[in-house]
Amino acid sequence: MSARSHFQPLAPAREGSPSRGNSASLIAWGVAIAAFLLLWRFGAEALKWTFDYPKSWQIPLARWIGDAMKWLVNQASFGLFTFTDLTRFIASIIDLPYKLALSLLSTGFLSGQGSSAVQILPPLSWIAVIAIVTMMGLHAGGRRLALIVGLCFGFLAVFGQWQSAMVTLASILVAVPLSVVAGLLLGIAAYRWPRFEKALTPVLDLMQTIPVFAYLVPILFLFGFGPTAAVVATLIYAMPPMTRISTLSLHSVPSEIHDLGKMIGCTRRQMTWRVLVPSAKDSLMVGVNQVIMLSLNMVIIASMIGAGGLGFDVLAALRRLDIGAGLESGLAIVALAVALDRLSQAYAERAGAPGTTGIVGGSFVARNPYTLAALAIVLLTGLAGLALPFVQTYPESLRLSTGSFWSNVVAWINVNFFDTFEAIKNAVLLNVLVPFKRFLGGLPWLGVTGLLAFAGYRLGGIRLALVVSILAFLIAATGQWEKATITVYLCGISVMLAMLIGIPIGILAAERERLWSWVRVIIDTLQTLPSFVYLMPAVMLFRVGDFTAMIAVVAYSIVPAIRYTVHGLTKVDPRLIEAGRAMGCTPWQILTKIKLKLALPEIMLGLNQTIMFALSMLVITALVGTRDLGQEVYIALTKADTGRGLVAGLAVAFIAIIADRLISAGAARTKARLGLA
Amino acid sequence: MHSRSRFNSRMARSVFSVLAVSAAMFLSSGPQARAEDSTDPIKLTLHDWTGQLITTHIMGEVLKKAGYSVDYVQADYLAQFAGLETGDLDVAMEMWETTGRDAMDAAVATGKVENLGENGMQAIEEWWYPDYMTEKCPGLPNWEALKDPKCAEAFATAETYPKGRYLGGPVTWGGFDDERVEALGLPFEVVHAGTDAALFAELESAYERKAPILLWIYAPHWAPVKFKGHWIEFPKYEKACYTDPSWGINPDALYDCAKPRGPIWKVGWSGVKDKWPGAYKAIKAFRLDNDEMGQLIVKADLEGQKVDDVVAEWMAANEARWSEWIKK
Repeated sequence: MSARSHFQPLAPAREGSPSRGNSASLIAWGVAIAAFLLLWRFGAEALKWTFDYPKSWQIPLARWIGDAMKWLVNQASFGLFTFTDLTRFIASIIDLPYKLALSLLSTGFLSGQGSSAVQILPPLSWIAVIAIVTMMGLHAGGRRLALIVGLCFGFLAVFGQWQSAMVTLASILVAVPLSVVAGLLLGIAAYRWPRFEKALTPVLDLMQTIPVFAYLVPILFLFGFGPTAAVVATLIYAMPPMTRISTLSLHSVPSEIHDLGKMIGCTRRQMTWRVLVPSAKDSLMVGVNQVIMLSLNMVIIASMIGAGGLGFDVLAALRRLDIGAGLESGLAIVALAVALDRLSQAYAERAGAPGTTGIVGGSFVARNPYTLAALAIVLLTGLAGLALPFVQTYPESLRLSTGSFWSNVVAWINVNFFDTFEAIKNAVLLNVLVPFKRFLGGLPWLGVTGLLAFAGYRLGGIRLALVVSILAFLIAATGQWEKATITVYLCGISVMLAMLIGIPIGILAAERERLWSWVRVIIDTLQTLPSFVYLMPAVMLFRVGDFTAMIAVVAYSIVPAIRYTVHGLTKVDPRLIEAGRAMGCTPWQILTKIKLKLALPEIMLGLNQTIMFALSMLVITALVGTRDLGQEVYIALTKADTGRGLVAGLAVAFIAIIADRLISAGAARTKARLGLA
Repeated sequence: MHSRSRFNSRMARSVFSVLAVSAAMFLSSGPQARAEDSTDPIKLTLHDWTGQLITTHIMGEVLKKAGYSVDYVQADYLAQFAGLETGDLDVAMEMWETTGRDAMDAAVATGKVENLGENGMQAIEEWWYPDYMTEKCPGLPNWEALKDPKCAEAFATAETYPKGRYLGGPVTWGGFDDERVEALGLPFEVVHAGTDAALFAELESAYERKAPILLWIYAPHWAPVKFKGHWIEFPKYEKACYTDPSWGINPDALYDCAKPRGPIWKVGWSGVKDKWPGAYKAIKAFRLDNDEMGQLIVKADLEGQKVDDVVAEWMAANEARWSEWIKK
């Protein structure tokens, strides 16, 4: 209580002038909500169309998209060649580096096709691959990193995941550079031509928010079945952050550097490639890192359309309920992710550090010790592998496996604790989930659209109001309203839960270095471990239904909730904390009155990302039988119905964009109010 | 033995083919495919359930023995039709009458996909309950026992009480269970599992605890082998039941009967016939029955053998059979 009294006098003084604005806004909110309540309460009979969007008014968007797709695949032509020829040509180009990577890592170099092919050269041996990545670790970040990377790849060999992991790695090695280059080029274009940026931004929004399943079918039609299509899908999914970060980091290159470039008479091309891109290298590497993580996220989905590799192993293992095998393959994906992530981060730091590049002196050997050592190992193990098979492939007899251990653990929990779980689940379900679902389901679409528009107007002006209400209207007009409410219900509850758990963890971890390093390992795992792996045990313990779906969504979307909270709290100016301490604040007061307040914009950004993560999990939760937009997308995928899938996918994207725009506007206002902008 | 005799017959034809064959024998230790067949690999699709993997690998191994080049491509069960229509994929070995018929008919109607006949197995898909539930609902497996409210309660959970809970397959499987419950007036609520993995995860969990469960099961599959239980006996399926409301117990509703049982089909790109005429014949000749498949699935899924080993074992034991398929 004393805390409050201590700070009370300050508050009105600081917020003195906006307080009048606040009361006006309160009245406006009151009116808006009252109107909404009236419509909700009494509109059901008189204005039935405001609740159920009439079928006859629906825009047949699904049919239009379907027809357009058919035309594109079967008829579209540029005169000399058809559109499909073009996409197939692109596919065959992408196929070249993929084949090369696959030959190098997995199949060896072959002559001939299919099963009659003959191996001319064996692939890199497991020892060689581990040696190469370890040396990269040594080169980029020293012994610690080399150890981590070596252990990660060692895990792949010891647990018998090598073959699949190399297939996955091959597609990652193709998808990541492609995404990076394409993203960078688009980013530069957006930087140069602001008009292009304006046109590109909504496209990027859609690329990031439409569930991948929605565009898998058109990709299959256009690019053919197999790894290439999977690479294209990965490209679409993983590229947007790179583009955004490129534009952003080019914009933030200091103007002095820009002027310097002008002074020494750079051409436009030189300016871009010799001045701007190198000086933005640091933040560009953050983009590369994002691309790697997102590409690994796609592994499971890519395996559904022919990429094979670890994703396929996970799916197949869980299909026969071999939880241990599923977990091992899933952890192999995590190991790959951790190794690639740490390596790319180390290279980013190296690139940022001065004086590491441009050593000209010394002989060729002295300049390239790592490259030469790697080549030597490749040659040596390759030759030795011809005589000694265990050098070429990790011997089967030395493989480890957890066997049925994990299945037994789940079975034990199931037999002994099921009733407890059941009780908890029922309590949550009956008291929280079901009422919330009913509540949302009973709201009139017109009222919700109006309320969203009003919120948009208050937070960001008439433009935002227009954007938000048009998107909400389109969801209703394409007949997706009901499924959209279920989506909002499931994601809404999960996001609330993720924030409730994530923020306290973030607060605790922000002040304890040790704890944070542990938490980081856990959230990295959560982000890259395919959720399918823990979804099946969850089904065994909680049955098929919304509760299980909610667990999966929370487990995944808690990652940004924690990360951004920590980020926000550690960024708070220490002088302000010092000032608070000097004024005699208790630790609790420092936390609530200073730190959390100042970190609020970051936490809101975290909320934003949590929502995005939750929405991106919809497709996975469809696999445990929800009835939302994710399920609609999934059904459309299996029926190869492009129109239906894209319409549902767009509805998901619209929900994401509405949430994003409103929260960003809110965050910007808070920032302005706190004087941080 | 087989490859040797083929080798001799070839030698008589031309010196060139002798060279070709001996080269092939040296490199891949298998005989050469027929002259009119393309040497491009035949792409067989793999899905994510063991039975299909076994069927496809057996077919692939047999084709390899006949000298064809084979590629296995992972593809989604229904999304694969996009690939079969364009010839990106060539053959799918398991298209179930019960779940894939509509998609298959639609694809065949385009003229780009061909039905390559039955593969010998019969698909069963029906409501199923574990043995220990017989006590709690003595009238089973007759479906009318389910109408008894006491029986429905025995299958109920907190969310569905007092109605019973029936765990249906993924929505994408179709199956008309919601309609069936309605038409037969069963006091049950249909809950859809999103995937087949989720379906069997629940069964395993319930079976471990001897807890009530009533769900959609299909065969050939390892579950009805591993777990003791019974299929519910609904009024027998007839085509009229699904098309004519007046048929059956409920004169106003469709689906007042059991699910159809039917063959599992092989389908392929329509170009296969001309590109690999010999392989086409072999694929059409392929046959396996339910019992045989059931045993193979148990070996792979319950005894933990690798699919490749199971297939190799079968190949060794059934040489007479498969050499008949690839006979010229």
